[in-house]
Amino acid sequence: MAMDGNKITETVSWRNITEGCKIEAAGNSRLFNTGDWRVDTPVFIAEKCRQCLLCVSVCPDSSIPVDNYQRGDFDFMHCKGCGICAKVCPFGAIEMKMGER
Amino acid sequence: MTYNFKEIMNKKERLAPGHRMCAGCGGTIAVRNILRGLRDQDQAVITCATSCLEVSTFMYPHTAWQDSFIHNTFENAAATCSGVQAAYEVLRKKGRVDGTYKFIAFGGDGGTYDIGLQSLSAAMERNHDMVYVCYDNGAYMNTGIQRSSATPLYADTTTSPVGKLSKGKPQYRKDLTAIMVEHNIPYVAQTTLFRNMRDIHEKAARAIYTPGAAFLNVMAPCPRGWVYETADIMEICRLAVDTCYWPLFEVIEGQWVLNYKPTNKLPVEEFLKKQGRFKHLFKKGNEQLIEHFQAEVDKRWRVLLERCGS
Repeated sequence: MAMDGNKITETVSWRNITEGCKIEAAGNSRLFNTGDWRVDTPVFIAEKCRQCLLCVSVCPDSSIPVDNYQRGDFDFMHCKGCGICAKVCPFGAIEMKMGER
Repeated sequence: MTYNFKEIMNKKERLAPGHRMCAGCGGTIAVRNILRGLRDQDQAVITCATSCLEVSTFMYPHTAWQDSFIHNTFENAAATCSGVQAAYEVLRKKGRVDGTYKFIAFGGDGGTYDIGLQSLSAAMERNHDMVYVCYDNGAYMNTGIQRSSATPLYADTTTSPVGKLSKGKPQYRKDLTAIMVEHNIPYVAQTTLFRNMRDIHEKAARAIYTPGAAFLNVMAPCPRGWVYETADIMEICRLAVDTCYWPLFEVIEGQWVLNYKPTNKLPVEEFLKKQGRFKHLFKKGNEQLIEHFQAEVDKRWRVLLERCGS
């Protein structure tokens, strides 16, 4: 039975959950917003960025999208604001806005 | 093969966001970099021991994994993974499954050093074509930072609390990587998040594509349990390597190879002072505790240098 992750919520009846709680989807955690956990927010300064992609390798939340060897702006639906990327950036292209979402 | 960092960062992402691991978690950084060791055209079957990683990436009805995922119980990630792998071999021989599948089991240090050690040992002994990855954060972080046999000496945990009569965990940590080497499997390596991730990436790729059993031990700092600012993770990992607390080495078919030797071996307190769990070591009167810690690090480093013949 194919399952739509959107239709199963905390209020679902046991009759309507999937057999054995199988999840027949890949990477559908994307639907879940973890961006609202954020306390500090990274700001991407595109003109300072040299596309070294070091920030991409250290993101715990896969929140720096890469397309054709170029990083884009943050995925703020999922970024939890840990600040690791800002710390490793050699060019100062990521600044943390402290206490702001 | 040369290491092309940008090429690797451009690969498709196999761990989706939206998982509930903490902000700044070292475990997910390790997992993302290990999964990039897979070739894009290959599929993976991921097994998890019960751990932060398991409960946070696979919350019904959501999965963060792009590949097949199975969780069984705390102690049998390696047994589960080896069973699926054996079934795959049979189906492949019968021509009932297409494509190449690789088998990776993830466990924390609790699920690997302690609870899952028997099933891990057995799976390695049977030499299944799989990789077991231990992401070692040095305590049972998932259940509230209880000490494990991977917890370092004097660390403050909830079951080795620092107080008037206790200086933190009184025992040294288990050397699981060496225990796995003694299983005489084709590939064993120890790594962490270091510089541009070359070390972890190359070891992951090698482990995944080595026929037979492979074991990776990856130090993955935990901001909650180690008590440090989330942004400092890469600095902490660098200090762990540069103080020789967590050396980077691999053992290929029984041959020990040291992958990185710091030109300037730092005193271990550089690594310790960054972390709140060792705060008590820097109180007046506790200087000898740091000396004990340093002596153990030096001893293990000497043994490793001998094994690697360097």
